Amino acid sequence: MELIEAIILSVLAASTPLLLAATGELVTERSGVLNLGVEGMMIVGAACGFGGAWLTGSIIVGALCGILAGTLMSLLFAGMALGLAVNQVATGLALTIFGTGLSGLIGAGFVGERITPAPHLYIPFITNIPLIGRILFGEDGFVYLSLALIAAVWWFLYRTRAGLIVRACGDNHVSAHALGYPVLRIRMYAVMFGGACAGLAGAYLPLAYTPFFIPGMTAGRGWIALALTVFASWRPGRLVIGAYLFGAVTILQLHAQGAGIGIPSQFMSSLPYLATVIVLVLLSRARTGGSTAPAALGTVFVPDR
Amino acid sequence: MMKKNLLAAAAALLLAGGATSSAIAADKLKVGFIYLGPVGDLGWTYQHELARQAVVKEFGDKIETTFLENIPEGPDAERAVEQLVRAGNKLIFTTSFGYMDPTLKVAKKYPNVHFEHCSGYKRDKNMSTYSARWYQGRYIQGEIAAKMSKAGVLGYIGSFPIPEVVSGINATMIGAQTVNPNIKVKIIWVNSWFDPGKEADAAKALLDQGADIIMQHTDSPAAMQIAGERGKLAFGQDSEMIKFGPKAQLTSILDTWAPYYIERVKAELDGTWKSGDTWGGLETKMFEMAPYTNMPDDVKKTAEDTQAAIAAGKLHPFKCPVVAQDGKDVECKGGDHLADDQILGMNFYVKGIDDKLPGK
Repeated sequence: MELIEAIILSVLAASTPLLLAATGELVTERSGVLNLGVEGMMIVGAACGFGGAWLTGSIIVGALCGILAGTLMSLLFAGMALGLAVNQVATGLALTIFGTGLSGLIGAGFVGERITPAPHLYIPFITNIPLIGRILFGEDGFVYLSLALIAAVWWFLYRTRAGLIVRACGDNHVSAHALGYPVLRIRMYAVMFGGACAGLAGAYLPLAYTPFFIPGMTAGRGWIALALTVFASWRPGRLVIGAYLFGAVTILQLHAQGAGIGIPSQFMSSLPYLATVIVLVLLSRARTGGSTAPAALGTVFVPDR
Repeated sequence: MMKKNLLAAAAALLLAGGATSSAIAADKLKVGFIYLGPVGDLGWTYQHELARQAVVKEFGDKIETTFLENIPEGPDAERAVEQLVRAGNKLIFTTSFGYMDPTLKVAKKYPNVHFEHCSGYKRDKNMSTYSARWYQGRYIQGEIAAKMSKAGVLGYIGSFPIPEVVSGINATMIGAQTVNPNIKVKIIWVNSWFDPGKEADAAKALLDQGADIIMQHTDSPAAMQIAGERGKLAFGQDSEMIKFGPKAQLTSILDTWAPYYIERVKAELDGTWKSGDTWGGLETKMFEMAPYTNMPDDVKKTAEDTQAAIAAGKLHPFKCPVVAQDGKDVECKGGDHLADDQILGMNFYVKGIDDKLPGK
């Protein structure tokens, strides 16, 4: 029983950065922009988040620094991909490479330093309830924030007029433009939201997960977040399930090895990507309305003036 | 930082090209270093950088050193090495396994320049290799772990199932079995040298499954830090990690390249440099053990005695008979212990490890 609780706690923590980054990317992609720079925005968020927390001693300041850094990175992307209408795939990849280098430069001053990680929630009595207490009421704030955020995104996309307009830009930018919506500005806001989320996701790593900064510490989580967005077929509900599934696979494969269960660890490590490919195949075979990719995803839009 | 160094190297290159007749360059021996990571990586590269600083301190203005950091393994490395040659470096240390072929290529091109390659197996008349017998340290750690573990279960985080890591696990187990024949080890491969998040997850999984000592063959201090958080014990890797677990670190294998680097630079200065292969251990201080901390005095004493015995050549971690997992003795090719080739190519688990080696 204790082991199950421990596993669930580890899964929650491992899934949170994936969920945060994928939430941002989901909104970005729903507006029709494919930003492959998630990994780069995350690692810069990690460097700035740690720097902020280390200098001020405040986790909240650190988180804000991470958000700001991610947003600035995404503005760079927006300037290129939206303003200058450069190829989105190339720009995104460049953003990742740039971010990896930049984070090393930013972080050079505080490699080897450590901070006190984000505190875990503690409500007297309630947190002590066996099994569910620590899982529901005993994690760090980021875990609950990530869930609140995806719920808010769901509400925004499906229950508000603004959300409908964002989706319209992603499905048919020409029509949205014809209706008089500022497609590029809306997309820029979506890209900025994506950057903010990626920055926060990156900052989560040094602020709560492993409280120190080392260059390259995101170790591919940005790419998993991208795969996750596809896996979820751009739907918030499925994104939550997917994030926890991906997190669970990562943690369970470690436990399987520790318990001596003979599944090759390389196979388990590749499972999230394998699952994404399978979902892509299933999606393309069963095209049921609305569940596939935003129709205008990744296409450049230059309004005729 | 890297850019600055590249610029410095480029400037040096220009100077060397433009002022061949000047006597300034002729007086000083120029020594170059190629690093895999940033000098602040707290691990592998950092330890090489410490050794470079020791060389500078030892020889003062008799030499001049340059380093290039963050050089990826592969073709880029060749350009970097060649750049150092053209800048007038006469002795060049390339400090990662993946620099082996690039170094060899450049070495063939410049027979008058001497090269030192870390942890590889290809040599030439102007290219030496050097590495350390880290398994000796693992044996000591195994002994300490078995004495300190209350549960009798060790947790081991592996990077990739390559001989260096496998021989480390085996040495740990053989050392631990001298204290507790029934000791168990749980092994988790993270399939990465460096992924702090995953290393932390692996440490958590091992602790959750009942291990109470964490050992690692990965590069970040994440596992140490988790052990500290949970009030458990752990061993560091490559460098001093006590900062990340002041109450957790028992000891750490420290890569101390300084004595070797100083010896080689001295040989170069004296004109006695010769190509060779150095696989040194505790006896030549090719690596050292961090201070034994967070353990009672008697355990500390045992560890120190074992360390002294290994250093004096009285104890070999792979002393025959070495029993493999299937219960059969491993052929003893090195007299009373396994031969170096058998350790360098180790691809089996010893008896007592209740797990399957990946790929076997």
